[in-house]
Amino acid sequence: MPPSNRPLPPHVDVAIVGGGPAGLAAATRLKERGVASVAVLDREPAAGGIPRHCGHYPFGLRECHRLLRGPDYARRLVARAEAAGVDIHPATTVVAVAPGPRLMLSTADGKAEMTARRVLLATGVRETSRAARFIGGDRPLGVVSTGALQSMVYLGGAQGARRPFASPVILGSELVSFSAILTCRHAGIRPVAMVEAGARITARRFAAALPRLFGIPLHLGTTLTAIHGRSRVEGVSLRGPDGGEWDIETDGVIVTGAFTPEATLARLGHLALDATDNGGSGGPVIDQFGRCSDPAFFAAGNLLRPVETAGWSWQEGVAAGDALADSLAGALPEAESTVTVTTDHPAIKLALPQRLALPLSGGMTHIQLRLTRAVRGRLTVKDGDEILWSRDIAGLPERRILIPLAGIAGKIHGDTVTLSIAEPA
Amino acid sequence: MSDVAPDSLPGSLPDPSADGTEIFDVTVIGAGVVGCAVARRLTLEGARVVVVEKGADILDGASKGNSGILHTGFDAPPGSVEQRCIAAGYREYLDIRARLNLPLLETGALVLAWTEEEEARLPALMDQARANGVDDVALLSRREILTREPQLASHLRAGFSVPREFVIDPWSAPTAYLLQALANGAVCRRGTEVLGGSFDGQTWHLASTTGTLRSRAVVNCAGLYGDIVDQRLTGASRFTIRPRKGQFVVFDKAAAALAQAIILPVPTAKTKGVVICRTSYGNLLVGPTAEDQDSRSDASTDSENLQRLRAKGIEMLPALADVPVTAAYAGLRPASEHKDYQISAQPERRYITVGGIRSTGLSSALGLAQEVRALLAGFDQRYTAPPETAWPRVGVLTEYGERPWAEPGNGGIVCHCELVTRREIAAALDGPLPARSLAGLKRRTRVTMGRCQGFYCLGALAEITEKRFDIPLAGPDAAE
Repeated sequence: MPPSNRPLPPHVDVAIVGGGPAGLAAATRLKERGVASVAVLDREPAAGGIPRHCGHYPFGLRECHRLLRGPDYARRLVARAEAAGVDIHPATTVVAVAPGPRLMLSTADGKAEMTARRVLLATGVRETSRAARFIGGDRPLGVVSTGALQSMVYLGGAQGARRPFASPVILGSELVSFSAILTCRHAGIRPVAMVEAGARITARRFAAALPRLFGIPLHLGTTLTAIHGRSRVEGVSLRGPDGGEWDIETDGVIVTGAFTPEATLARLGHLALDATDNGGSGGPVIDQFGRCSDPAFFAAGNLLRPVETAGWSWQEGVAAGDALADSLAGALPEAESTVTVTTDHPAIKLALPQRLALPLSGGMTHIQLRLTRAVRGRLTVKDGDEILWSRDIAGLPERRILIPLAGIAGKIHGDTVTLSIAEPA
Repeated sequence: MSDVAPDSLPGSLPDPSADGTEIFDVTVIGAGVVGCAVARRLTLEGARVVVVEKGADILDGASKGNSGILHTGFDAPPGSVEQRCIAAGYREYLDIRARLNLPLLETGALVLAWTEEEEARLPALMDQARANGVDDVALLSRREILTREPQLASHLRAGFSVPREFVIDPWSAPTAYLLQALANGAVCRRGTEVLGGSFDGQTWHLASTTGTLRSRAVVNCAGLYGDIVDQRLTGASRFTIRPRKGQFVVFDKAAAALAQAIILPVPTAKTKGVVICRTSYGNLLVGPTAEDQDSRSDASTDSENLQRLRAKGIEMLPALADVPVTAAYAGLRPASEHKDYQISAQPERRYITVGGIRSTGLSSALGLAQEVRALLAGFDQRYTAPPETAWPRVGVLTEYGERPWAEPGNGGIVCHCELVTRREIAAALDGPLPARSLAGLKRRTRVTMGRCQGFYCLGALAEITEKRFDIPLAGPDAAE
């Protein structure tokens, strides 16, 4: 694991925290726009982000126009950024950010500091841990996230795939849960059950065929109430839709999905965070340019919200690159003249951007919305009592719902727009 | 029963006990915080000590799940052994901590009354504190408390401050005690359970899962198994352990800014109640529950209690609602039918029991060790302290100290949430008490303790710890 040999510059035009699809896309775009010094800081031994350990298809359709496995896709994005003149520093951890902007760093050589004219946070998402989901029971070895499983299976180097278990239970049914199935197949691990608390599979239908295809029993409407085992997992307790409880033998649990933004730098720093407990994303508060509450800081990619595809994050990165270049050139509207985007329906999990800088030209083209449960009704954007835009939706949890900003551009008079859903009585 | 191999002993130290021929001065049974402190004290007095631990690692029983508070003993029963040992342990910790490189987070504590009944009990609690020599307690009005701790819920009524209640590191402290014992000539055998023994008038002959041990005296510090060890060695015990489980919820580091002081409730007869407390590792914890149970090993958590603790935390500190939960764990307190500690000595067979240390062991351990030394001096045993004492310094584990990620040559960060470097992990795997499990590595370095709970670093850890753990994190064979 060679640490970065390239010395860290003390000052750059743009410092990008996180070298996944969003960060690399933004960096590449910034170089294309002629920005002189762009540094990508990535804490892993190599840049590339989560796709580095997603050893399966499909990646790259949007940005490389071909179907790639995650690691090949990651390498391609890194090569493209380097060819564009981006300075990539792997094995470099940003420990804290501060106004200035200033970045406090750690490498194998100890701590360092960097200043930048602009900072882009692109630190991505992670799966919620077992603890954060309040799953009780013992605490044996063999309870891992999909991400951890994939890093064991795909980043094993010469040693090859490592297997933390032989026959685990998969908790969750998001897209990543099916990615976990593929990872298991690759490593010769045979899942014994897939457990989903909801009444239906969260991911889209094509993925739902996988468990049947591989003969994995699927338990819908079922919660995992406890994990058992002294040193290794020995079993789990489940509670079915009718309240009945039973145990199954297993030697592991893959705790999948329920992504949460890796927003630590914003949380522990000075940037406003969109709290999840009242309809927030868990990521930093941004405007349509990805600009944070401190306008020298921007954010892009899955840090903004759980969770989008690599291709979507890449596209957000490109847009952030443009916004950063415009910002350096003094070509963005003032961040102060902003409209707050609020929500007033309990099924709305998050909406972003949380602020809109007027006039609405450039930057993101849509407001992104996520639901916590299936909702049918009329989605409206209001300015006071005035309806600016509306559309009937039949929305499902964790699916992308988009509101075109063009639909409300030029119509906003107040300082707040409110998203709501009128459900038929 | 132990299914792990006994220690291959550290580095250059020979282990004459391995063949059972050496007669030690003292066998300390149990490497929890009490056993570690006793081993240290007796070694520094000049005794040749062997510590035996049935677990694969030290601190694997009651000592692995506590709140990390260094108590003054203000609320202990006046005149109790517990109060005396906490007071002495507290003083000695402050005295030695700098030399061992142990942290001290000078938080102070606030005892808060949330109801009229609780408020009515404050004066008596303050009198009790003064009777225990904690004479700097001060009554505070609701307004004064909210000025100090503006994030507290405003429905609190009143309270008092205990300025010298502090936060320490529940893992590096006992580890440092034992490491100092080892550095001064003690021996530690992990994975060694004492099955029985006899005293022939001169020497104890202890049968263990790893062979026979001989010593002139025995100190039982077996915590959750204290009564069982008594029965195995003396045929009787003056107490019966009835474990009391305590579950804790650990909030993200962002929560540490929400409460400067340790927030204590008005205690009941049974428990100190639910505490809000910063940790040495930069988090904030809420807990414990108090659940009596029969099992001595079941430290499981349950969803209902964890969510209740979170809700209780939010009730007292509303801003916690916005802070994610990082971890949850449970500890087992070795409670007995007695309210006070159970320390007893049997001079006729040079046997001492230190039992029923129900919840304050981290604070009292050094004081308990002083008691044991005094009791042992009453036997016909005399030791000569070595002319020089080694003071090994433990690595900085606390969030509030300068850690290796800030230093050159750290090898790079492996655990991103807790900023644990390759150098620290290597030291924990190779040191005098090498970690042989993920739990042991956690306690020595903080790896995987953070908000992602291993999402980012388990893959790297599986690689780094390959062939180092009794039970590997993963491997080509784990799936067989």
